[in-house]
Amino acid sequence: MEKLLLRNVDAPDLHTLAGYRSRGGYRAIEKVLREMTPEKLIDEIKASGLRGRGGAGFPTGMKWGFVPKDNPKPKYVVCNADESEPGTFKDRLLIEKDPHAIVEGTMIAAYAIRSHTAFIYIRGEMVYGANMLQGAIDEAAAAGYLGTNILGSGYDLDVILHRGAGAYICGEETGLLSSLEGGKGWPKVKPPFPATHGLFGCPTVVNNVETLAALPWIIDNGAARYAAIGTEKSKGTKLFSVSGHIKKPGVYEVDMGYPFKKFLEEDCGGVPNGRKLKGVIPGGASMPVLRAEELDGITMDYESFQAAGTLLGSGGVIVMDETTCMVRAAWNISRFFAHESCGQCSPCREGCHWMEKILNRIEHGAGRAGDLEMILSVSGNIGGNTICPFGDAASWPPAAFIKKYRSEFDEHIAAGRCTIHQKAA
Amino acid sequence: MTAVKFSDESLKAFQEIVGRYPHKNAAMLPVLYLAQKEFGYISAEVMEYVAEIMGVPVARVYGVVTFYTMFNMKPIGRHHIQVCRTLPCALAGSERITAAIKAKLHIGVGETTADGRFTLSEVECLASCGTAPMMQVNDDYYENLTDKNVGEILDRLK
Repeated sequence: MEKLLLRNVDAPDLHTLAGYRSRGGYRAIEKVLREMTPEKLIDEIKASGLRGRGGAGFPTGMKWGFVPKDNPKPKYVVCNADESEPGTFKDRLLIEKDPHAIVEGTMIAAYAIRSHTAFIYIRGEMVYGANMLQGAIDEAAAAGYLGTNILGSGYDLDVILHRGAGAYICGEETGLLSSLEGGKGWPKVKPPFPATHGLFGCPTVVNNVETLAALPWIIDNGAARYAAIGTEKSKGTKLFSVSGHIKKPGVYEVDMGYPFKKFLEEDCGGVPNGRKLKGVIPGGASMPVLRAEELDGITMDYESFQAAGTLLGSGGVIVMDETTCMVRAAWNISRFFAHESCGQCSPCREGCHWMEKILNRIEHGAGRAGDLEMILSVSGNIGGNTICPFGDAASWPPAAFIKKYRSEFDEHIAAGRCTIHQKAA
Repeated sequence: MTAVKFSDESLKAFQEIVGRYPHKNAAMLPVLYLAQKEFGYISAEVMEYVAEIMGVPVARVYGVVTFYTMFNMKPIGRHHIQVCRTLPCALAGSERITAAIKAKLHIGVGETTADGRFTLSEVECLASCGTAPMMQVNDDYYENLTDKNVGEILDRLK
């Protein structure tokens, strides 16, 4: 498999302008500014089949195409570097190792929608990453890649780095925009969509780090080459973050459509310590868990994960071996969502805490008859009833864990204790 | 007049931050970071001051400060230990790390040592799942923790 995004990631000087340029960096934006109209650029990215890598998988070129050309207001591009989905750490790798690719990708997206101000919203905890990005922005500006009349093209662009302050919901694009406007990260009702009413009511495109970092390669090598990789509906390569009970955790770049079981067993070395696989969450903690025996035949692309009843999401693969207590795992994830619910919509604000409390008591020996039905009822009343997709994200994991590992939950309640850790001890 | 005020240096930084954005409101988070750096934590007085210089109601500042985890409304230790507790770190033994820190420092989660050196918190996923378990201390990540090396790391933080 050819690496596109991670092709240079081991080079120690990649984060510098000289190191990035010596490997072909900023060639793509030069080509875009000299040879392409924004319309042609959008067509090229549409032809590449690139879909948003933040989790939703929306076609990138189409998203850009929704920005009205005749709107007299300023237009904004925001790079979503608020990587917070549990199990996901691929953007952090790009931010720390290849920040100029993110800057160049942001420039390409900004040119496509005729934006002259772009923001990179990085989660507040990533102080090192913020320093790397600010260093890249400063170097790019000093070399004339940012500012006014870039490379003599007449095009102007400023890129502003903005740090979040600790809130998962700011990774949701309208929550991010509320945060960037200086408020709580409360998501907004869609429609209107950010493409027409985004940051400060102006047309705005929000793209994930990995999406933007893929753009220079696509421009350099052509949309056709990118589209030749992958499956019919999932083009190109995708970064997968692998964690949990796995021999070789880390970030992997995989051609879309690669066999999932082979990936885990061969590329990632399989489950360590001679233990058996129990379950895998394939797309970040909000995506439904898969039992070990469900992995056969799944390929790593949007459509195959969806057909298996889960989603590719952010590509955060969390592996759990046979010693894992699935009640505890479900409780852990529900605690995350209870902590991170922004509090705006009642079903989510109340329901996430209900699910966390019930799972907590089951795991700690105080489960009651009817608890599982209650969780499923609460879960079913959150999903689809909230302003943003957080409600779905929070409601899926408990329901999936109960559905897939029902007997383990029943045993916990019947025994009045954690039956897994008792066994292990 | 508010009870607290930025130093001249911070006032200069404040002007620079506000000038960066197309709308003054967007400067809220960086201005709160600046205030936290200067005053140590965001007290009620600091919120009143930030509201005044940002030209917004105090309630709006309060809403923002309480919404985000990284603004501290009370004093914290010199080293803020934040152990990730989310699933990938939990699978890798983060509970043992937290237990080792508690035993070493004789404090619970949410508490500060008597000498003001450490505050211990548990936090949610910090995008370091491949190198779990991990903790953040102030601005720095410490990854691939064990019960043993976490103690050595804390010993180095004076």
